[in-house]
Amino acid sequence: MAPDFDGRRLPAIAPSAHFLTAGTSSFSDFLTMAAPGLLPGRPAAAGAGMPAGAPELPHGTTIVAALCEGGVVMAGDRRATAGSMIAQRDIEKVYRSDEFSCIGMSGVAGIGIDLIRLFQVELEHYEKLEGRTLSLEGKANRLAGLVRGNLMGAMQGLVAVPLFAGFDEDLEAGRIFGYDVAGGRYEEHRFHSIGSGSVFARGALKKLYRDGMSPADTALACMQALYDAADDDSATGGPDVSRRIYPIIATVTADGFERMPDDQAASLAESVVDGRMRRPDGPAAPLEEPPAGG
Amino acid sequence: MPFYVSPEQAMKDKADYARKAITRGRSGVVIECDAGILFVSPNPSRALHKFSELYDRIAFAAAGRYNEFERLRQAGVRYADLTGYQYDRQDVTARGLANWYAQVLGTIFTESNKPLEVEIVVAEVGESAGQDQIYRITFDGTVTDEHNFLVMGGQADQVAAVVRERYSDGMSLAGAMQVAVEALAGQGGNGQGNGAEPAEISGAQFEVAVLDRSRSHRTFRRLTGARLEALLAEARPAKGGKSGASGGAASSGASAGPGGNAGGAGKGGESGKGPGDSGKDGNSGKGSGSSGDKPSA
Repeated sequence: MAPDFDGRRLPAIAPSAHFLTAGTSSFSDFLTMAAPGLLPGRPAAAGAGMPAGAPELPHGTTIVAALCEGGVVMAGDRRATAGSMIAQRDIEKVYRSDEFSCIGMSGVAGIGIDLIRLFQVELEHYEKLEGRTLSLEGKANRLAGLVRGNLMGAMQGLVAVPLFAGFDEDLEAGRIFGYDVAGGRYEEHRFHSIGSGSVFARGALKKLYRDGMSPADTALACMQALYDAADDDSATGGPDVSRRIYPIIATVTADGFERMPDDQAASLAESVVDGRMRRPDGPAAPLEEPPAGG
Repeated sequence: MPFYVSPEQAMKDKADYARKAITRGRSGVVIECDAGILFVSPNPSRALHKFSELYDRIAFAAAGRYNEFERLRQAGVRYADLTGYQYDRQDVTARGLANWYAQVLGTIFTESNKPLEVEIVVAEVGESAGQDQIYRITFDGTVTDEHNFLVMGGQADQVAAVVRERYSDGMSLAGAMQVAVEALAGQGGNGQGNGAEPAEISGAQFEVAVLDRSRSHRTFRRLTGARLEALLAEARPAKGGKSGASGGAASSGASAGPGGNAGGAGKGGESGKGPGDSGKDGNSGKGSGSSGDKPSA
């Protein structure tokens, strides 16, 4: 008798037909067949539903992404919030998903982080089985399927959505994809933001974003946007100078994924904080567009 | 009309059948060196691989029927990815995979009419050469733990004899390549081989892969195109002087650098680059098939 915990049967890792069956090259399809209990959000869906007074779970908050010259930049704050309490100060919500893409999440951290982990394995699994990487479009579509897999969980309050960005090797440009809980996939242009502080971050990026900015300038714009999100959204964390916890910034270009080293992120964040000491609302955008052709 | 065949006879027939099929194939050499674990086999195909990545530090090598070992390879990737997803990446080990493969092959051997005509190898590169692990799993599920080098497939004994003679601890990558190529060149091909100049060797004849000790995340990479030709060229010059393994050892300092220890310093830089290259390897595999920039040797 296999152990059975709350309907979540531990998968038997033994020689079994599942491993040898000629299936698809998708890891999540394999999990669905061999060990469905391991899919993110699945145990909740199988259960009777969350009780009304469910405990407040840690939620990840704000992620921003913006296209830059030759790629894309993604940045995320470091706070997880459970109700009005700060659950974690240094959570990581922006990850490398493979060599040419990155992924961030907001919503219930437990589900979102698991979703990211599954997505990372999914991409690597495909690459190993097929001997080639998925197209960026293929990765984005696959992620939509994974998000939809948690739809039942989302209906019960376990909402988590990713933000996906990567370098498209065919188009030789960065691209950004946003999602809804039903697995809707929306390609975003120029910049996008998700999470509780996204409204403020997007407002900031509207004023700060310029087409064709360098990756460094785009990273600065993202840092400013996160500062504005933290300024007006209590669930989003700003740069924590005393503990030296700063947002995570990832860049994906033709050279691949690169996470900004901590010391660089620190100096970038500190420069933004210094600027806000003089002007708390951040840089001012021109009131009128400069006349065309001038 | 039913007739009786003793279990001994049935097992023996199956084993003979499998062994015969494997012996018909070409050999492959798996050999430890200071840079990692090197895999070399004659293989004219650029798409149908005998060596591939199972996990971060673990590779799969096989001889025998392609469709059968390809199925086992895919099963191994599923097993490794499931274990790593469920527990942690460091919990995927060559020993676990070898035992799992042994069970799969053993079960198939005893329970089905036709045994799998394959011989597979699971190799894991360690932090230092002493920690490398190489396991051979045969068609009936027998696991053996091999050290330093391993030869699989047809004419394994002849090839292994050459490798055994020339192998030395702490060889450079080029040195190991030289040993492997010489051992494989002596096989079948041009009869007496030894003294006479063997036929010109080009990268297109070989499938070469390495588990690179100095990398951090995914260590497996294929050597193709220009990189393979460069390694072959580096492995070749010693041939004139007939210096064999010692010549290879001398070049070790230059080629692979100070292996494990000083690698600590280089690791920071390497780690960022490591996955990058491995990602590109996936592409270069298909790219090199059509690449026109391959230097003609």
